[in-house]
Amino acid sequence: MPKLNINGTEIDVENGSTVLQACEQAGFEIPRFCYHERLSIAGNCRMCLVEVKGMPKPIASCAMNVNDLRPGPEGQPPEICTITPPVKKAREGVMEFLLINHPLDCPICDQGGECDLQDQAMAYGDNSSRYDENKRAVEDKNIGPLIKTQMTRCIHCTRCVRFMTEIAGVEELGLIGRGEDAEITTYLEKGITSELSGNVIDLCPVGALTSKPFAFTARPWELTKTESIDVMDAIGSNIRIDSRSGEVMRIMPRNNDAVNEEWISDKSRFVWDGLRSQRLDRPYIREEGQLREASWDEALELVASNMSSTVPRKAGMIVGDLATAEVIFSLILLAERLEWKNIDCRQDGTILNKTFGEASTLFNSTIEGIDKADAILLIGANTRLETPVLNARIRGRWANGLVDVGVIGANEDLTFETHHIGNSPADLSKLDHGAGGFAEILRNAENPMIIIGATALKGEDGLTNLIAAAKLAEGYDAIKPGWNGFNILHTAASRVAGLELGFVPEEGSLGTSEIVAQAKNNQIDFLYLLGADEIDTSNLGDAFVVYQGSHGDAGASCADVILPGSAYTEKNGTYMNLEGRVQHTNRAIFPPNDAKDDWAILRALSGAIGKPFGFNNLNELRTQMYNSNPKLAAVNSLEKADSQDVIKLAAKDIGDLSEQALSVCVEDFYDTNPIARASKVMTEMSAIKQQSAEKATGTHD
Amino acid sequence: MLQDKDRIFTNLYGMKDVGLEGARKRGSWDSTKYFIDKGRDWIIDEVKSSGLRGRGGAGFPTGLKWSFMPKESDGRPHYLVINADESEPGTCKDRDILRNDPHHLVEGALLASFAMAAHTCYIYVRGEFIREREALQRAIDEAYEAKLIGKNNVHGWDFDCYIHHGAGAYICGEETALIESIEGKKGQPRLKPPFPANVGLYGAPTTVNNVESIAVTPTILRRGGGWFAGLGKPNNTGTKLFCVSGHINTPSTFEEEMGIPFKEMIEKHCGGVRGGWDNLLAVIPGGSSVPCVPAEQMMDATMDFDCLSGLQSGLGTAAVIVMDKSTDMIAAIARLAYFYKHESCGQCTPCREGTGWMWRVLERMVKGQATKREIDMLFEVSKQVEGHTICALGDAAAWPVQGLIRHFRHVIEDRIDQYAANPDPDGAVGEPVAAE
Repeated sequence: MPKLNINGTEIDVENGSTVLQACEQAGFEIPRFCYHERLSIAGNCRMCLVEVKGMPKPIASCAMNVNDLRPGPEGQPPEICTITPPVKKAREGVMEFLLINHPLDCPICDQGGECDLQDQAMAYGDNSSRYDENKRAVEDKNIGPLIKTQMTRCIHCTRCVRFMTEIAGVEELGLIGRGEDAEITTYLEKGITSELSGNVIDLCPVGALTSKPFAFTARPWELTKTESIDVMDAIGSNIRIDSRSGEVMRIMPRNNDAVNEEWISDKSRFVWDGLRSQRLDRPYIREEGQLREASWDEALELVASNMSSTVPRKAGMIVGDLATAEVIFSLILLAERLEWKNIDCRQDGTILNKTFGEASTLFNSTIEGIDKADAILLIGANTRLETPVLNARIRGRWANGLVDVGVIGANEDLTFETHHIGNSPADLSKLDHGAGGFAEILRNAENPMIIIGATALKGEDGLTNLIAAAKLAEGYDAIKPGWNGFNILHTAASRVAGLELGFVPEEGSLGTSEIVAQAKNNQIDFLYLLGADEIDTSNLGDAFVVYQGSHGDAGASCADVILPGSAYTEKNGTYMNLEGRVQHTNRAIFPPNDAKDDWAILRALSGAIGKPFGFNNLNELRTQMYNSNPKLAAVNSLEKADSQDVIKLAAKDIGDLSEQALSVCVEDFYDTNPIARASKVMTEMSAIKQQSAEKATGTHD
Repeated sequence: MLQDKDRIFTNLYGMKDVGLEGARKRGSWDSTKYFIDKGRDWIIDEVKSSGLRGRGGAGFPTGLKWSFMPKESDGRPHYLVINADESEPGTCKDRDILRNDPHHLVEGALLASFAMAAHTCYIYVRGEFIREREALQRAIDEAYEAKLIGKNNVHGWDFDCYIHHGAGAYICGEETALIESIEGKKGQPRLKPPFPANVGLYGAPTTVNNVESIAVTPTILRRGGGWFAGLGKPNNTGTKLFCVSGHINTPSTFEEEMGIPFKEMIEKHCGGVRGGWDNLLAVIPGGSSVPCVPAEQMMDATMDFDCLSGLQSGLGTAAVIVMDKSTDMIAAIARLAYFYKHESCGQCTPCREGTGWMWRVLERMVKGQATKREIDMLFEVSKQVEGHTICALGDAAAWPVQGLIRHFRHVIEDRIDQYAANPDPDGAVGEPVAAE
């Protein structure tokens, strides 16, 4: 460990760290614009200049490795000064240069209040400007509906370029021109096609790239900040919900190295306008084909009476993608009281079930584990569209040349190169022999990962594929002490908790697809949809449909009674992400009008059927839930499942693998749940994507 | 003064046969095999003992630079890159080597590559040099033809030489920007460390040398480092190509001993200053990026690294720009400032923003539309650019401005006074504007 003398204090720093990191470690703040921990080093803003004794010029501390510093003549540690007058002068100089062509339009800039340039100008700049010439103006670029550009404010730190190139894997932003005329652009002025593009808004240290939907709506200091969890996909990105007077104004990522680092997908970030439209804000009852407003008492009464009169065999309950563990737990209690057995939390029709072993339902390698993987096989999993943030991790590993990725399923652009092995599960047999092509890579890998997507786990072939994957994992030594390379890629935030709580039909009872099919034949009398909108609701026969949820979507339009619930920003709830990590959302705002917390609706319903639950508030509910499912009590920690489950699964016999090509799981990234469908921004993005796809295939013009 | 027998570039003006035959008659490719048989260390030692300092402008000892390359390859190839992106205003020495004496360069490339265990050499030729590139390519082709270079050549060291033609950006003359450009990227300087000798072209150990530095090595080896060291002055040894332009009677490029007195050089080679010595105003002695030196200091100066840096200027590329008293110094430096503003790559802040600022202030000062306070401010701005950038372009942009203020402050002040006394000499006040 090299020793350094920073401003007179000697400290030991880690090998390979930069001078900037060493100074931070010693407790000295170094101003910076272009440097970012998760991006490559550009060293171009020159704000982090420090003095090193014996060097003629100040050095950029972000780019200087501590191992490159030479000790003094008598072997004394290299001396670094960060608070001397020359350093102060250098910083003032750079600050002045950055500001001469900056418009200083802070009063009308959305970055105001959270602007690095503003803050550092206060801390390190001079108090007045000496620049009398005309300022440079740069034309704004239209780069899509998400990011608003004001390129005159740009200070050319290239963070956005580096993010798009290195992490998002889409080379669509670049610096063109030279000298004063250098500008950041998308080259052809087209919208960015990345699912992670919104992160450049956070990265931009000035107001050059700001959020378009958020533009001119609020100042950061007016916002109430609530730490919460995202539910747009199954990885449970940590987010911060910024709200003002009962409305969500924007959503930002929080740092969690184990989950989302500091990125979130565009859907997570920009879906908030969907929280304001299409809301179910009071109970509705369908009369003569028309929905009419109703009181809670009336609606609950009607539901309860229908419930009690339904034969359990002819009743079904389906849980959607966004439900919290608390609600699923409450619904289980309700089902128990009614003795209903046809319950399912897998509205996508997969066969995942804890009875095959807990490890068969989880992303066992963990998201952080991707940083150790050296070979990844994706089976019917489009990580880019299903879990963009997780995909960025794989890409980062790939970009460093540390992992090879094989694909079985549709051969799509995942932002990194892949070995396409085949389209159907039967192509798994190509990997049987362990020789040649990707099989060789898998065999030589120390930490191989096999990721199975939902599309491979659906329907009749689902179990066969699951077992085949387990056999593959065992065969390639992916299950060993300290490493479990068997992974399920979930697409829904509620799924893992649902499986953990056991919201699946027992042997002989009906699952999602059977319930829907039977309803078509008028075999189902009562269908309870808890935010389930991704099922086929076109023909549910004469079933009495109750929809409990937050948005008027497919489920609500076919419902006989609508019970308005709350969205994920409006409740304290528990979610398990695809690894099985338990995380809590926190209420940022209240649900609109008469809408209620979902667990409270079910509690009221249990009263209405005369069999009330034994809890009266969330804490009591949680206590009861923790008693029956202790795993859910371990908030923010991750308990790994027993990898022997996979070995046991692999021991099962299977028939022939299907030769039918695996279907695409997420066709439209911007359109996967009721909140996204209610969002204007997401709809716009979806339309743009559609258009560019049509252009690409030449079906237009 | 350099005697004809000590001249290295004997066909500088292209009066003789440029081809391989002619070059051989003038001594090129003689005993090359013998030097290679003597081994790497011998070549490097010989170049070290010659005292040769890099001819690209910075004057870093060439032998020392070569010795920074790893002795053994760690599996990565080694590269020699020759910088023929001669773009410094005033400089036109390398182009004469390229078009009239290219075999010096090709032979030097082979020897230098061998000395650094490189089998490949890239020559980065400036975009505007079309004929020069053709001449160089002809020389390379001839050398391949004669099996002097290439695989299994007569010298027993496999060696390939490629020309990379630039696109005319000044910044690509900076060694790491040049490497980026060869790699097909945008020419922007890299952060150092790592230095090219560790991580250079395609991530492999690389040495970047100026054309002249490489072209003189075969002759140094043939005649011995001691011969070269015997010319010139201590620490400023050998011969050097000077290119003198500006207000002299016969502007020219010529080879001369280092340390030749400025006055003697101008008299002998350039036909004296236009209008006589009394008419001399100032000299930029080393290409546009070094500060100018006023006439009275220049009269006794000798043309070498140490003397000129003692005058707070530098030998640079030895491109001497002579200016007589008809010169508007402010306008001259403003033009240079415009050049640096135009050629700044825009990567790092001080240069991107500072070069434009300096140019704009200077443009006003040309007319006198400034305040005297701004002279100090301009000096400070140039100090804020100098030494704070990734590459040396920041310094190059700042020095001419500093030279101007250091020596010609009174001219700027007079101009400001003039303007202040009569801001509108033609009486053209512009259209009268009615009050709102």
